[in-house]
Amino acid sequence: MKSNKNTLKVFAYSYLIFLYAPVLLLPIFAFNDSTIISFPLNSFTFKWFAGLTQETYLQESLKNSLFVAISTSILSTCLGILASRASSRYEFFGKKSILSFLILPLFLPEIIIGVALLVVLMQLGLPLSLWTVILGHTLVCTPFSIAILNSAFANMDMSLEEASLDLGETRFGTFKRVIFPMVSPGLIASLLIGFTISLDEFIIAFFLTGTETTLPVYIWGQLRFPAKLPGVMALGFLMLLLSLILLLLAEFFRRRMNRTTDDQVNVQFGNLFKHDKKT
Amino acid sequence: MIKLMYNLVIYLNMTKKLKTDSKKIIVELNGVVKHFGEIVALDGVSAQIREGEFFSLLGPSGCGKTTLLRLIAGFEQPTKGNITIDGFQMDGVEANERPTNMVFQSYAIFPHLNVEENVGYGLKRLNLGKDETARRVDEMLNLVDLDNYNKRPAHALSGGQRQRVALARSLIMKPKVLLLDEPLSSLDKNLREQMQVELRHLQRSVGITFIFVTHDQEEALTMSDRTAVMFEGQIVQIATPQEIYSRPKSKRVASFIGVMNFIEGQLLKDGDQNTTVDAGILGNVKVNPDQMPIPLNSGPVTIGIRPEMLTLLIEDQDRTEFEIGGVILEGAYFGDMTNYTVQVKGLKSPLTISMRNTAGRRVLEDGESARVGWGADSLVILNKS
Repeated sequence: MKSNKNTLKVFAYSYLIFLYAPVLLLPIFAFNDSTIISFPLNSFTFKWFAGLTQETYLQESLKNSLFVAISTSILSTCLGILASRASSRYEFFGKKSILSFLILPLFLPEIIIGVALLVVLMQLGLPLSLWTVILGHTLVCTPFSIAILNSAFANMDMSLEEASLDLGETRFGTFKRVIFPMVSPGLIASLLIGFTISLDEFIIAFFLTGTETTLPVYIWGQLRFPAKLPGVMALGFLMLLLSLILLLLAEFFRRRMNRTTDDQVNVQFGNLFKHDKKT
Repeated sequence: MIKLMYNLVIYLNMTKKLKTDSKKIIVELNGVVKHFGEIVALDGVSAQIREGEFFSLLGPSGCGKTTLLRLIAGFEQPTKGNITIDGFQMDGVEANERPTNMVFQSYAIFPHLNVEENVGYGLKRLNLGKDETARRVDEMLNLVDLDNYNKRPAHALSGGQRQRVALARSLIMKPKVLLLDEPLSSLDKNLREQMQVELRHLQRSVGITFIFVTHDQEEALTMSDRTAVMFEGQIVQIATPQEIYSRPKSKRVASFIGVMNFIEGQLLKDGDQNTTVDAGILGNVKVNPDQMPIPLNSGPVTIGIRPEMLTLLIEDQDRTEFEIGGVILEGAYFGDMTNYTVQVKGLKSPLTISMRNTAGRRVLEDGESARVGWGADSLVILNKS
């Protein structure tokens, strides 16, 4: 038994090392004063980071990426709101299968989505641009938004909305004063996750981008020049940091959302303890 | 508790003018039918609820009582029939435009708002200004004995406090009718009994019509002016608690509210003033018309008698109008009461008899023979079936 447990431990640790060691190389070489990416390390430097500020193409693609990521996160969150509101409040034919199909892009290989979208866009005669990238990214991010927002809407007790209407508030006022504040942690989590996914998505962006490139596509282009490699490392490190911060923020808001809706549910459990009375 | 009563007296004086003509009909239900797809939740409900009364809807779960409440509130629209509130037809009138407010079973306290924001929620649309809103909120919090809870967040409230906030939030709107959907069911036993008394006093003092949904018959009996008993989407009896308990209209009502012994019998009619019932082993008994909640013709009937209307004659000199011999099968001792199961020869099922354990009265042993005493006016004659 004991040796079995140890084997599992070794397996788990080696798995973690395999998973994260390459990522850890990123910051190491980002601060290494050498154009060749290999050990032993040279002296410590910030020059690759300083070099990033000189690259106009980089700044251009960063701007593009931010534009795409922001648009994608807003679009997918809006679609997510519609889908999860419908699924939590209404019963309709084929609800379950429709929801499954909406979640499906989560499990499709991105390259397939990318190629398929490219073919469709070509057939439609639409020129490739940042908008086509946004379209592709929205397709990938919407399932995440639905998954997050579904729990936000489903956790909300229907009688809260009814109570608001009952107290004289209009439907729009109810949305503004009750629904929106209650699901807003979920909305923020959905926006942040959509932004993060879109920011470092490469395959779809690679297929659907026109003349303007996004950051990951720019990095891919830079990899052809060995001299640029340390700069890419520095850039990658910054993106890693940004993604990490955004994901932590998203998780923070998701948990806060669950906390505020939890005590709603607890009250109703009180019914289970109804006493029997003698007559 | 005492403070609450005091507050209520003050509030009573403020709202005296609310108590006007108590005969006025405030809510009228006309053949209300509600279908949910194939399911018939309400099957032709008609009732008139008077201004200022404490009216309860009593029935087992699934009988449609909550659906009826939601129709009155405006969360659902009737499939057929109509509802009138304060003289106005409510067809197509949304919940936010009705002069009703609801206390939900889950209380539905807005979790992202504190106590004062919850209570003042409905005032916001009235644009009363900050000072007036704050004044009314304080007044309401004082009424429900939650002074200085203004800034308390919703999640820091106990079950009883949530209920008070829910009440205050509704009452601040000065509704014509307050709808309460099993508001006491999630409280523990002691708190529930305390709140029953408080709610009753609150209703009396504010003079607002309460429509109270419950499946707890004791709650309905102790709190209401009138009670409607519902089964399977229909109201089977509307009456005062005393009337429902002593003169239930059917076997089903009788056994849903309290315990009742049933004996098969024959009704022998010779004009209304001269009706007798043949109760088999209990003999022939003359009955008054008011002992028949629904008029019956001669033929087989069911005779009902409550356990506390039967007596065990313990001492030799004890006498009642009628008596019959039996054997104690079992005695269940409750301290103040003992419930006996007594087999009487010639009756299919044993009788349940409940006796108060008053001074000097001994508790009978199982297997002991006993004399069962009863009076003719304690019988109620019901339709057979």
